[in-house]
Amino acid sequence: MRIEFTLNSESVSIDTEPQRRLLDILREDFRLISVKEGCGEGECGACIILLDGKAVNSCLIPAGRIKGSEVITLEGYRETERFRILMESFEDAGAVQCGFCTPGIIMTVESLLRENSNPTEEEIKKALSGNLCRCTGYSMIVDGVVRAVKKVKNDGKSI
Amino acid sequence: MKEISKPIRKVDDQDKIEGKVRYIADIEFEGMLFAKTLRSGRPRARIRSIEIPELPDGYFIVDANDIPGKNRVKMVINDHPFFAEGEVNYIGEPILLVVGPKKETIFEIIEKIKIRYEDLNPILTMEDAERKGKTFIDYEFTKGDPDKAFEMAEKVIEDEFRTGYQEHIYLEPQGVVGICEDGKVTIYGAMQCPYYVKGAVMEGLGWDEDRVRVVQTTTGGAFGGKEEYPSIIAGQVVVAALKTGRPVQLIFDRDEDIMVTTKRHPSVTEYRVGLDGNGRITVLDINIKLDGGAYGGLSGVVLQRALFTATGVYNIPNLRVRGSVLKTNKVPSGAFRGFGAPQAIFGIEMLMHHLAEKLGRVPLDFKMDYALKTKDTTSTGGIIRGEVKLPEIIKEVEKMSDYRRKHKESRKFRGIGLSLFLHGCGFTGKGEESIKGKVTLRKKGKDVEILTSSVEMGQGATTTLRKIVSKSLSIPITQVLYDNPDTERVPDSGPTVASRTVMIVGGLLDSAAKELRERWDEGDEIEVSKIYKHPGYIKWDDKLLKGDAYPEYSWGANVVEVEIDPITYEIEVLGIWAVYDIGVAIDERIIQGQIEGGITQGLGYATIEVMDSVDGELVQRTLTDYKIPTSMDFPKIESKLVRNPYKYGPYGAKCAGELPFVGAAPALASAVENALSVPINRIPVTPEYLLEVLSG
Repeated sequence: MRIEFTLNSESVSIDTEPQRRLLDILREDFRLISVKEGCGEGECGACIILLDGKAVNSCLIPAGRIKGSEVITLEGYRETERFRILMESFEDAGAVQCGFCTPGIIMTVESLLRENSNPTEEEIKKALSGNLCRCTGYSMIVDGVVRAVKKVKNDGKSI
Repeated sequence: MKEISKPIRKVDDQDKIEGKVRYIADIEFEGMLFAKTLRSGRPRARIRSIEIPELPDGYFIVDANDIPGKNRVKMVINDHPFFAEGEVNYIGEPILLVVGPKKETIFEIIEKIKIRYEDLNPILTMEDAERKGKTFIDYEFTKGDPDKAFEMAEKVIEDEFRTGYQEHIYLEPQGVVGICEDGKVTIYGAMQCPYYVKGAVMEGLGWDEDRVRVVQTTTGGAFGGKEEYPSIIAGQVVVAALKTGRPVQLIFDRDEDIMVTTKRHPSVTEYRVGLDGNGRITVLDINIKLDGGAYGGLSGVVLQRALFTATGVYNIPNLRVRGSVLKTNKVPSGAFRGFGAPQAIFGIEMLMHHLAEKLGRVPLDFKMDYALKTKDTTSTGGIIRGEVKLPEIIKEVEKMSDYRRKHKESRKFRGIGLSLFLHGCGFTGKGEESIKGKVTLRKKGKDVEILTSSVEMGQGATTTLRKIVSKSLSIPITQVLYDNPDTERVPDSGPTVASRTVMIVGGLLDSAAKELRERWDEGDEIEVSKIYKHPGYIKWDDKLLKGDAYPEYSWGANVVEVEIDPITYEIEVLGIWAVYDIGVAIDERIIQGQIEGGITQGLGYATIEVMDSVDGELVQRTLTDYKIPTSMDFPKIESKLVRNPYKYGPYGAKCAGELPFVGAAPALASAVENALSVPINRIPVTPEYLLEVLSG
C-alpha cells in the first residue's frame, strides 16, 4: 500500500506492506541509522522515535499506522538548538558509553521535555524506564538531562 | 592537562550522541548477502540426516563441509566446531547457514529444512555431570598444611553457595560481515579481540596470516560477551563469503543472542572451615564448581581466576583450593566481566558473613581480623607488594554509609551489608608473558597515531589511551589519533579483556610516548614500538599454580542498604556506597561510569537477572523474560577513590573495569541477610527464594 507521512519535516511517500515495521522502513528505505534494533520487541528502547510528538518503539509500529503522521528521528532532531544543549550536557555528565542506546534515549528525553520543561529527577527516571542501558547504570544519563534543564533555565530560554 | 585524573569530554561522545556512528548493522557492502543460522533443537544427538529443500537461485547452504581448514574454533580449549559435524551437544549449536539476498526467503528456507536426530543421553545438570565425572578441567593447590590444620581444628563448619547464569545484554547484538576478495578475507564486526578472531579464522580456513584481515567496528557494549564468541561467527561468515563470492552479513536478533551466546558460569562452591578454640579461622577448604556447558572454550581460565580469587581479601594460613569445570549439554559458558571472580567473591564474602553471625561478631570487624596486608603471601604463595589501603577504604565507606550505626540499629525487614574485595589486574598466570602485547606510536608531522588492537566498546579506551599519550608527549589530545583496530595496521597488543587495557596497554603506550618525546626532532615520520615485559619480580609456575597469579591488585569495599517488603519479599535498595583503590584514575568521570555501570550489573546479577535451564533449554529467551536493571531499580550510587599509585602502571593506574562488578552481589545479599536474619546461600535473591528460605 502507498503510505504518505512526514519524516523529519519532509513529506515522503512509500509503497510497502502495511505490516512492515516502521523500524525497517526507517533503516532500510531511508538509511536512518540512528534508529537501532536492540531487541525487536519493544523492551529496550533503542529504536525509539517521535511519532506525532510521542516517543514510541518503532519496532512495534506497523507501516499502516503512520499514514498521515509526523515521524521525527534523531537525524531530524539533531538539527535543533535543544539537541545541541542536550548533547553538551550528556558529554559533561558522562552519559554515554557504548552509544547504542543513546539515540533512543535522546528521543525519549525530547518527548519528555515537550510535555514537561522542568522535570524532576524522579520524572526523568520514570520517562527513561523504557530505555535499557547496560553500560552506565543510568544515573549519569539522568544527570545529563538535569544539566540540560538547568542550562536552559539559566539562559532564561524555555525548553 | 595538569592532573591526568581530571575528566575531559570523551572523544567519541559527539558522534554517538548524534547517532552518526556506524555499528556493524549500519554498514552496507556492495552485493551483500544475509545469513541466518539453523541450530540444533536437541541437547545431545547424532544428526541422522538433513533434508534441504530445492534452493531458489542465489541461495546457499553453508555447513561443516565448507570449512577448508580445521572445524574447531581457536579459543583456549579448541573444541567448539564452527558448524556441527554429525552430532550436536547443546540446544542452539550452529549446524548450517542459509545465505542469500532476501531475509524473508532465507526464513522460508530455514522453515523447510528437516533434520532427523538420533537422541543421545544428555547431561543436563551440574550434579549429573559431577556424578559421571564429566569435567573439562580440574585444578587443586594448597598452602600451609590443610590436613594437619583440620586435624587440629576445634570446630569444623561447612557451607555452600550457588550463583546463577547471567547474560551480558550488551545493547548491540552480535554481528559480523565477511568479505572475500583477491584471495584474501576481511572480517568486520563487533568484537573485543581482533587478533583472537584473526587466529580463529586462519585455523578455520587453513590460511596464512597475510590472507586474513580483521577490522573491529564500533562495538555497542561487550562485557566479555564479545571476547570469544565473535570468533565462531567470523569463521562462519568467512566460509560463506568464500562459497558465495559475495560479502555475507550475519547479525543476531536479540532472542537468538540470548539463547546461543556465552553466559556467566553458574557455580556451586563448597567451603569447609576449621576454627581453633578461640574461634579463629585456621584452615579453609574451598571447592568451586563451574557449569561450563557443552564446550570448554575459555572456561579453564575462568576457573583459574575463580580459584586465585577464592580467599578474597583474606590471609588464611592453611588452604586447600580446588575446582572443576563441569561439562553439561547446555549453551557454553564463557567470559563475562569479572571472569570467575564474582562467583568466588560472592562465596567467600557470604561465608565470612555467616561465620561472623555464628561467632556474634560485627561482620566488618571479623573480616578485618584476616585482611591481607602489604608483604603478606597470597593463596598461591605470591606476594602482595603494593601498599594495601583496605583500612583507609573501609574508613571512607563506613563514613559515607554510616555502616556501624545502621548495622547496630538494623531491624526486621531493613538491613545493611558490606563486601570487601580485590581484583587481579591483567591476565591470569602466564597470560601477559605469553601474549607479549605490542603497541606502536606513529608520528606524522605534528600528529601521533596510536596503533593498538585494544578496542573501544563503551569503556572509554579511545579517550583514556589518548589521554595517556597526549600527557606523556606533552601534545594536545587533538593531535593524538586512534582508529578502530584493523589487523593490517595495528600490532597485536592482546585482547581487550581482563582489565588490562589501561595498566598493560596504557603502560606500553606511556613508555612508547616517552621514547618518542626524546626522539621528537629526529624527523617528520617516526615509529616507536614497545613489547610488554613482566616486571622482573614476578614469578609464576603454571604447573604447580604457585607464585604471583597477577602483577598487581585493585581493591574495594561496597555497602548496600535494603528494605524488604514484608508481604511480597521484594527488595528495595535504599543506598549504595562504594570506595575503590584503582591506583590512579586516568579519567575520574570514565571511572565513575565503570563504577556505576559495574555495580548496577552486579546488583542485577544479585536480584532480578534470573536465567534457568530446563531440559537443556533456557527458560528466559527474550528481554521480556530476562530482566536487566532499568532506570527505576536502584538509587544513585555514592562512590569515592582512594589514591594509591602503582609503580608500573601509567601515571600510577591499576585496573578498574571488572572490579566494580565483583563486590556488589555479596554486599546486597548480606544486607538481605541482615534484614531477615536468615542465611542467604544463593543469588539471584528473588522473592521466591526468600519465601523458600523463610518458610524453612
